[in-house]
Amino acid sequence: MKIFQQSFKFLAIVSVLFFSTASFANSSTEGGGQIDTKKEVEDYILHHIQDSHDFSLFSYTSDAGERKHVGFPLPIIIWTSNGLTTFMSSKFHHNDDGHVIVEKNGLKFAKIHSKIYELDATASEVSFDKDHHAENAHKVLDFSITKSVVGVLLIGLLMFFWFSRLARQYKKKAIPTGFSRVLEPLVLYVRDEIARPNIGEKHYRKFTGYLLTVFFFIWILNLLGLTPFGFNVTGQLAVTACLAIFTLIIYTTSGNKDYWMHILWMQDAPWWIRPILAVIELAGTFIIKPFSLLVRLFANISAGHIVVMSLIAIMFTLKESLGVVGATTLSLVLSFFITLIEVLVAFLQAYIFTMLSALFIGMAVAEHDHDHAHDEQGQEIPDAEDVRGDFI
Amino acid sequence: MEPVTYNLIGAGLIVIGAGIGLGQIGGKAMEGIARQPEATGKIQTAMIIIAALLEGLAFGALFLGK
Repeated sequence: MKIFQQSFKFLAIVSVLFFSTASFANSSTEGGGQIDTKKEVEDYILHHIQDSHDFSLFSYTSDAGERKHVGFPLPIIIWTSNGLTTFMSSKFHHNDDGHVIVEKNGLKFAKIHSKIYELDATASEVSFDKDHHAENAHKVLDFSITKSVVGVLLIGLLMFFWFSRLARQYKKKAIPTGFSRVLEPLVLYVRDEIARPNIGEKHYRKFTGYLLTVFFFIWILNLLGLTPFGFNVTGQLAVTACLAIFTLIIYTTSGNKDYWMHILWMQDAPWWIRPILAVIELAGTFIIKPFSLLVRLFANISAGHIVVMSLIAIMFTLKESLGVVGATTLSLVLSFFITLIEVLVAFLQAYIFTMLSALFIGMAVAEHDHDHAHDEQGQEIPDAEDVRGDFI
Repeated sequence: MEPVTYNLIGAGLIVIGAGIGLGQIGGKAMEGIARQPEATGKIQTAMIIIAALLEGLAFGALFLGK
């Protein structure tokens, strides 16, 4: 009982300290200049959540007062009014507010908030009107190899290497060795726990390839996002939207007659209710299902990154009130446990995306007039399609 | 009040709603598992799917309100 009281006291003290001092942490003076810590932290987190044109590991201010960036540049590939233009992102010198102008192919470019603008011939700097539309410049089509693209390519190559090795080992010895032993149970898990029960015995083989790819792609990219390299690939709307569109295409193209009848002209319903149901079903199939897939993954991963980085930022924001050791300890403990939870979330989100994809595909290929399997007593064994009907 | 404050109130309401929903799902699934431990696997699958659907709704609302 005493331990409870003590830990409760400790919690109370920590929370009082936390909430009462948070408001004082807004500003701190360092090296003579006023630094708004809260603003810096916010900018840093927002910058991390966005995609960027260069691979920046960290930056520091040297003794001479110069800002040094450590990382490597990535190629910028843009479609301009003069056709395809490429140059390295190092030409922007890590500038993100449009002050550094790059000239290439007789055109001038500026980068503002990770967006590249092509300046008009006479302009020397991008200027914005009231609605934040550029007046003397326009955006270009951007096909750059950004940080997220590097992440996707990296994981693509890695997965190709891992799984082709696994396949080769099955051909040779039938028992995988080394790292492939980690992959085998996961592959079996996706096949036996996700694909088979949700899609049904008859059709699951055709879709297992896609489900495995999407599962490992999301899972490994989620885990990559937890490393200090600062990737945030599955937290990009473009990536998750693309994955959701793949699922949409697959379940739309593989739908059978029953499925389309169910959407467009529901049997067993009064005739006047059928058009209303059709509208709802169409909206559900083509908008809500992919939208929920893409937003769930995006929001979970982004929220996770924001939480982890905010907890790391406690180190700086509470430095004045808790002292260097106190703030660092608090931040370390909190961010350690949140990172552990994030490891779980990384798997869970990959699982849920794959699971729901399998479910949607299963709904599209389900056959309704099928015979049930029977057990020894001659009783019907309900299969996954019947169980699914109970909760969908 | 500024619009940002309304957004935050809305976010709070969404989180309350989602929290109640998730609590219901989790609690009922616990009860189900306690009554019938041999059905744990099926209950968990159904639970996760419904939780995911609810989560999608909540995140959709948060996302639109941003």
